[in-house]
Amino acid sequence: MRKLEVDKILEKNGWSKNKIVGILQDIQDSYSYLPEDILIYISEKLNIPLSQIYSISTFYRAFSLKPKGKYRIKVCLGTACHVRGGYMIAEFLKNKFGILPGETTEDGLFSFDTVNCLGACAIGPIVVINEKYYGQMDVRKTEKIIKGLENEKNKQF
Amino acid sequence: MKKINSFEELEKLRKKLKGIKDKEKIIISVCMETGCIAAGSEEIYRELRKEIKKVKNKEIKVIKTGCHGFSEVDPAIVIYPEKIFYIRLSPNDVKEIIEKTIKKGEIVERLTYKDEKGQIIPYLDQIPFYKKQKRLVLSLNGLIDPENIEDYIYYGGYTALSKVLSGMSPEEVIEEIKKSGLRGRGGGGFPTGKKWEYCRKAEGYPKYVICNADEGDPGAFMDRSVIEGNPHSVIEGMIIGAYAIGSNEGYVYIRHEYPLALKRLKIAIEQAREYGFLGENILGSGFSFDIDIVRGGGAFVCGESTALMASIEGKVGEPRAKYIHTVEKGLYEKPTCLNNVETWANVPFIINNGWEKFAEIGTDTSKGTKIFSLVGKVKNTGLVEVPMGITLREIIFDIGGGIKENKKFKGVQTGGPSGGVIPEKYLDLPVDFDRLNEVGSMMGSGGMIVMDEDTCMVDVARYFLNFLKEESCGKCVPCREGINQMLEILNRITQGKGKKEDIEILKEISDFMQKASLCALGTTAPNPVLTTITYFYDEYINHIEQKKCSAGVCKDLIEYFVNTEKCTGCTLCAKNCPVNAIEGERKKIHKINKEKCIKCGICFTICKFNAIERK
Repeated sequence: MRKLEVDKILEKNGWSKNKIVGILQDIQDSYSYLPEDILIYISEKLNIPLSQIYSISTFYRAFSLKPKGKYRIKVCLGTACHVRGGYMIAEFLKNKFGILPGETTEDGLFSFDTVNCLGACAIGPIVVINEKYYGQMDVRKTEKIIKGLENEKNKQF
Repeated sequence: MKKINSFEELEKLRKKLKGIKDKEKIIISVCMETGCIAAGSEEIYRELRKEIKKVKNKEIKVIKTGCHGFSEVDPAIVIYPEKIFYIRLSPNDVKEIIEKTIKKGEIVERLTYKDEKGQIIPYLDQIPFYKKQKRLVLSLNGLIDPENIEDYIYYGGYTALSKVLSGMSPEEVIEEIKKSGLRGRGGGGFPTGKKWEYCRKAEGYPKYVICNADEGDPGAFMDRSVIEGNPHSVIEGMIIGAYAIGSNEGYVYIRHEYPLALKRLKIAIEQAREYGFLGENILGSGFSFDIDIVRGGGAFVCGESTALMASIEGKVGEPRAKYIHTVEKGLYEKPTCLNNVETWANVPFIINNGWEKFAEIGTDTSKGTKIFSLVGKVKNTGLVEVPMGITLREIIFDIGGGIKENKKFKGVQTGGPSGGVIPEKYLDLPVDFDRLNEVGSMMGSGGMIVMDEDTCMVDVARYFLNFLKEESCGKCVPCREGINQMLEILNRITQGKGKKEDIEILKEISDFMQKASLCALGTTAPNPVLTTITYFYDEYINHIEQKKCSAGVCKDLIEYFVNTEKCTGCTLCAKNCPVNAIEGERKKIHKINKEKCIKCGICFTICKFNAIERK
């Protein structure tokens, strides 16, 4: 287990029960999801019932209990993106990968989420792939980018 | 930097900065906020820095700033002092800008803004987008480097704090804010001065000050832009507020989806601490205050004050009934004063200029300015700050330049999921808190989404309900179940399975939710549905009786097909179909495979011969 790393995160948050949301955020940042063994460890260390940690991890959208893919695609579904057709991109990705928002493709390459507004509405529809923002997107441009990422993977093998 | 220990030392520093900065004759400001970076401003900034080095003139400076607001034309730069505005730049344009504008003072015409008639408008202030704006809160956006506290100090930053700590009693500060007429910019519009007064008078210690930066309304990004462009204005407002109510501890609850705002806020708080504006004995006044940042977890309901406080306490973000107000028992059951980002950022202006200067702007009941994010189907999208009382028409048509592709205006959505859609007949409505409420919408935090003839109003109502279904915390029945039931009905209507009695049932559920929900998320959730029923009744009837979506949005009610007379067999549509649903060879008539088609409409927009039709 990665006790040392987790201890560092707990230390940074002052081993404080009140900071549990922040602690889980740091864990999510480090591992791209909340691994079960770590949640159990935190529950014991901070004396918080595991059920409470579970309820927090499923309440907030920022957390995921499953590992994310190598390329994490987020499609913005804010109102401005919606009226400009952002939902089509989400629909397209659902079809393309055969997965629902929140899931990861079997090969672990792509995960796909929808978000409720990234606050960059002026350049919507927006797609974010691993922290990089793409503005004024449509289905065609999204497809091109994904093809590029797939090719990159093929090159590596 | 050594900590500033007194008011005199602050003025001394300002004088010193003046000596340095006054030597900078030309400032090239590159907008570097989330939207502009996505548009490519980072590359422009790098190229400018590289090229300016070669010029070897210390009087020219390149800085990265917050948003200038006109997002439509990003990436853009402003060259001070003349405010020459170059738009839609690529890194290749940089050399020409340096050669012509910086070295010779000439305008590069091809990079300037042009109006509808093609007239060149090289200066920022003369562009219609800026003419009707009044920038108080955003006055320094685009002029200062948000990651450098000295820029803020140079332009008069922390003067208000110094004024308050050196000669005003907390009661005097509260009186000043009360007289100014400032109302909460987060949406509710509660008088800020009154809130501070209640909190000051409430019993209990410690008292807390919170800045609500959990800007969750879809289509709104004012708070993000204020923090990314001028974080110190928010911090200064918070310190003044804390002094007024008697608090020594503050929190900023910031949205998880705003990584850049978070980064800049962290830097700003650290710098404010280093310079002695936060921490023990601020400016030698004896008053102490510090701010901690709490990151949100991506839950919309946490924008509600009691849910937000629960979240800071490390709990699930569920609201509670507010029979005891948070100014009396808020965070950790202690008196808490929570205000929104924009509200805090207004405070330094009021203190610096006096309440009269603030109160002379606006209407009888709504004073000052309001920042809106003008987005959707409008030509000039971006961030605008306007005086209260301006009409919707002025915002959308004069500042926003009208509807994209000259289509027909249908409605404007304000107030996020708690607001409503306002139709054309109210375009001349003056924008203030009360007038927007009167027509069934609300000010909200400032999202303004313009909709045209291609927007389906039933779909808009469905969209917001779908949003709220995911975001309702589920604690109270009216909200949890009411939203679900309404969404189910709206889904049915958009699928062509609506019944005539559905509209009455929607109204009935709305009424119940408005009366019985626990928090504002539930009581205001019916607004998008009710306003669209009131103002766009025909569209509902069209969906229910004729099974038609005139805007062509509801997928189950539309179909795409090839007009065999117009199709030339150019293969463009087939090549661009993302799901390969179009069959046909070169120079032969194409056909859409209905089973594969996802109705994305790409073929419809891309065909040069208008051979794809929608029914």
